[in-house]
Amino acid sequence: MPGGLAARALRIRESGIVVVLAVFVAVTASVQHRFLNAANIQFVLVDTTVFALLALGETMVVISRNVDLSIGSTLGLSAYLSASLFQGHSGAVVPLVFGAGLGIGLACGLANGVLVAGGRVPSLVVTLATLYIIRGIDILIVGGKEVTAASLPASFLQIPKATVGGVPDVAIAVAVVIGIGAYYLRTFRSGRDLYAIGSSPQAARLVGLPVGRRVFTAFAASGAIAGLAGVLWAAQYGTVNSSAGTGYELQVISAVVVGGVAIFGGSGGVVGAALGALLLATISTALYVLGISPFWDQAIWGFLLLVAITLDQAIGARLTAALRRRRTREPPEGPS
Amino acid sequence: MSDRLREAARGLARWESGLAVVVIALLIGGPAISPDFLTGTNLFNLGLSNGEIAIMTLPMTLIIISGEIDLSVASMLGMASALLGRLWSEHVPMPAIFAVIAVVGLAAGAVNGLLVTRFRLPSLAVTIGTLALYRGIATILLGPTTVSGFPVGYTDLGVNGVPFTNDDMTWSTLVFLVGAIASGVVLHATGFGRSVFAMGASEEAAQFAGIRVKRIKTVLFMVSGLVCSLAGVLWTFRLDTAVQDNGLGLELDVVAIVLLGGVSIFGGKGSVAGVVLAALAFAGIQNLLLLTNFNQEATGVVTGALLLASVFAPLAVGQLRQLPWSRRPTTERIQS
Amino acid sequence: MNPRRAAWLAALAVSAVAALAACSPGASGGSSGGSSSGGLKTGLKVYVVPKQLGNPYFTVADSAKTGGAIAALNALGESGTETSGTAATPSSQIPAIQAAISKGANALVVSASDSSALCPTLTSAMRRGVTVVTYDSDAPACRDLFVNQASSKAIGTSEVDLLAKEIGDSGQIAIVSAAASATNQNAWIGYMKQELKKKYPKIRLVSTVYGNDDPTTSTQVTQGLLEQYPHLKGIISPTTVGIAAAAAVLDSPKYRGKVQLTGLGTPDEMKKFVSDGTVKAFELWNPADLGYLAAYAAVDYASGKLSGAAGQSFTAGKLGRFTVGPDKTIVLGPPLVFTSSNISKYHF
Repeated sequence: MPGGLAARALRIRESGIVVVLAVFVAVTASVQHRFLNAANIQFVLVDTTVFALLALGETMVVISRNVDLSIGSTLGLSAYLSASLFQGHSGAVVPLVFGAGLGIGLACGLANGVLVAGGRVPSLVVTLATLYIIRGIDILIVGGKEVTAASLPASFLQIPKATVGGVPDVAIAVAVVIGIGAYYLRTFRSGRDLYAIGSSPQAARLVGLPVGRRVFTAFAASGAIAGLAGVLWAAQYGTVNSSAGTGYELQVISAVVVGGVAIFGGSGGVVGAALGALLLATISTALYVLGISPFWDQAIWGFLLLVAITLDQAIGARLTAALRRRRTREPPEGPS
Repeated sequence: MSDRLREAARGLARWESGLAVVVIALLIGGPAISPDFLTGTNLFNLGLSNGEIAIMTLPMTLIIISGEIDLSVASMLGMASALLGRLWSEHVPMPAIFAVIAVVGLAAGAVNGLLVTRFRLPSLAVTIGTLALYRGIATILLGPTTVSGFPVGYTDLGVNGVPFTNDDMTWSTLVFLVGAIASGVVLHATGFGRSVFAMGASEEAAQFAGIRVKRIKTVLFMVSGLVCSLAGVLWTFRLDTAVQDNGLGLELDVVAIVLLGGVSIFGGKGSVAGVVLAALAFAGIQNLLLLTNFNQEATGVVTGALLLASVFAPLAVGQLRQLPWSRRPTTERIQS
Repeated sequence: MNPRRAAWLAALAVSAVAALAACSPGASGGSSGGSSSGGLKTGLKVYVVPKQLGNPYFTVADSAKTGGAIAALNALGESGTETSGTAATPSSQIPAIQAAISKGANALVVSASDSSALCPTLTSAMRRGVTVVTYDSDAPACRDLFVNQASSKAIGTSEVDLLAKEIGDSGQIAIVSAAASATNQNAWIGYMKQELKKKYPKIRLVSTVYGNDDPTTSTQVTQGLLEQYPHLKGIISPTTVGIAAAAAVLDSPKYRGKVQLTGLGTPDEMKKFVSDGTVKAFELWNPADLGYLAAYAAVDYASGKLSGAAGQSFTAGKLGRFTVGPDKTIVLGPPLVFTSSNISKYHF
């Protein structure tokens, strides 16, 4: 039933961002047709992977009415430590290094989780503090050293470049991870609890949800994912010093918000956030591809970001209203 | 005042006295660690390096107490600086430049305020967008050029102090102190200030009580725009340099100081006195680290640890009070 | 407030401060340099201020291990300390310079994060009799000497020559620079344009983009160039971050050998790309030599052996004799060109 399908598609919260993305790509491509060639699409997809991963973790945290500002620092620490495993350890194999990155990120995430959930203190303050602390530890460990591409095995550096049928392997892998994240948040009890907690932490406590445990898990997941993203970052850029990932936190939060996740929790989804990351990467690349004076880049980026937030809010509000009208006739849908 | 508010006020008073102890410890311990700490020159330098950041914490304090946040402060500083440089290089007379900067600063704040209040967008997201937008406008204004060679009468404020202070107090320190007194009075002794607290505690309740929430929030954002522009002018003159990346990345430092001062990130709680003490502690500790040749790279760890202390110390003290042997006579227990 | 809590907090604060002090390396240098050996004062307090701490390039230029500035100062019997902020901005660098002045510095060896913004601070240092030597990146209005890694002209022209050798005398090229306001980048780019006009009129510089010395941005601007100019034959990136990021983008069969890349890079960072053929040649000076020379120049100046007048000469230890040129500038020498034949000899 195609009509029903279209209506169904329109009801999906992410449709706003998809429309914005499509319009943007269409406009850019009509000006510069090379924007849609395979190489450029590959660039954009690979550039998006790190941010899409970070957005996945951040979304889980934001849905629960928290925020994780420490992801950029976590990424930096993990990128350096995991990549430096290759130096002087001929036995370091790629999966092991990814495992190490995950572990380092998890450790940072656990620290955030313990502080936020255990202390019941505002996550913005805690993760702003750990942003400084983790970066400080990174700088103390790294000092003036760096990991260079020459010390990394070719198999590792090849990861972001490998493609299957023109689609980068990493993009597929990240899409799968995001799919799992989306499925988890929609289907699993513990995933759905995050929405309940984000909608009203007090009510969630009153109905007996394990608020602390869930928030703790969200932070642990966010840290672990940032750690994983750090390894990917190292593979992508090859050169890692103590400043990797500086300032990423605000970009990731931008992506999450543009992707329709409510900054005060309770609604939004992982797919939207990943699309938000894709949209922002597309915007950046489009500006360079269009050859707009580099001095105008940032202003246009900021302006488009505001437009995207405003549009998404408008579309989201309309959808919510439509949903409310339909809900009287149909059984309720899961949070998306 | 409700019991809740009174309790909140007492909680903050506790944290402020803790901060005061830190500042006093710095004053007593500092000279013992470095004989150069309390010299006039060093105090002048300390004021010079931290003046603009400290000034920007004042409107941020009010905005956070009202339940919002402004992450575009450093970009507004940069935009004012770029405007000053561009207009000066085009031989516009200084008074006219100041007028333009004031108007642009107010307008930048108004854009933030209107997007937040009229479009009902979250300020965290909006001001990340304007962070990029305003920095982008600064980049458009100046491009790759650096403007210096401002009139000596103005750039003197980077070299000489306020008259009658033996050149120990910078103009930016004076602006900060005057601004702190003014914002302290407005926040803690006027109806406007009470409205700011009320809307931070509960926007709905404030609205029902007839407080013009939207208007007041817009005014706060405009004041922030104006004050950050002033900080931009001071910054430009003391460095005798206008360049597009002036003040890049200071927003998180400003937020960190405000939170360190005991202001609740959720709004509704905080005091100007706490933020002033936090700014003193922040500046003093950083300066002392530099004077002692302590690994400068670890400053972030110290800042982060202090931030954590700001949320956990009051909690820990609260916990201690619950222990049987620290119970006070009944009156106190009933109150808390 | 509760006196017990006050005492606790005070104790905490004092012990924290004491712990920090204990960690710091002894700040007590020699007295302000009375004795002399070989005509040079010893025991001078010299502060080396790179653009930012934690930057590998400056670590090589400054540290004792690599034979940089601190090594020279140790050899001369001075007390050398590296200090700076953690971001390459004036606001992060200035407090460190001010603290060095407060601590009684006799000389400052500074890489200016901005050509004019450090001036109020450096001028006040010079007014107190502190020797100010800039290295790597100049602040022309407020220093006693500038130790230049290579003349701006040599850097600009040689990079164009390197690229022309690889792509021939015609075609489209682009530049991936650092920040738009970076003084030395802009000076080099100016000379590149001159050289193109003079020697290679058929090579067309189609675009200059700015990667802000950030790997992500540098990558994106490079990708943008490749898409916008499908016939691009070469890229010059006169910044170590930019060239490494651009090399990683070009490091694929699609571009290797088709788009040539040159510029300023460190041999360690570029080794991989030279060995797989993505990059044929690039250049740099030896950062450790630069720091070493700047330290000698600072000590000579502070000892009254140099006044900055053109034509004066002095000996900089193992590096030999140098002569002060116009604008109180000392040039380290022509940049080193790295290719597959010599890159394995260098480790920085």
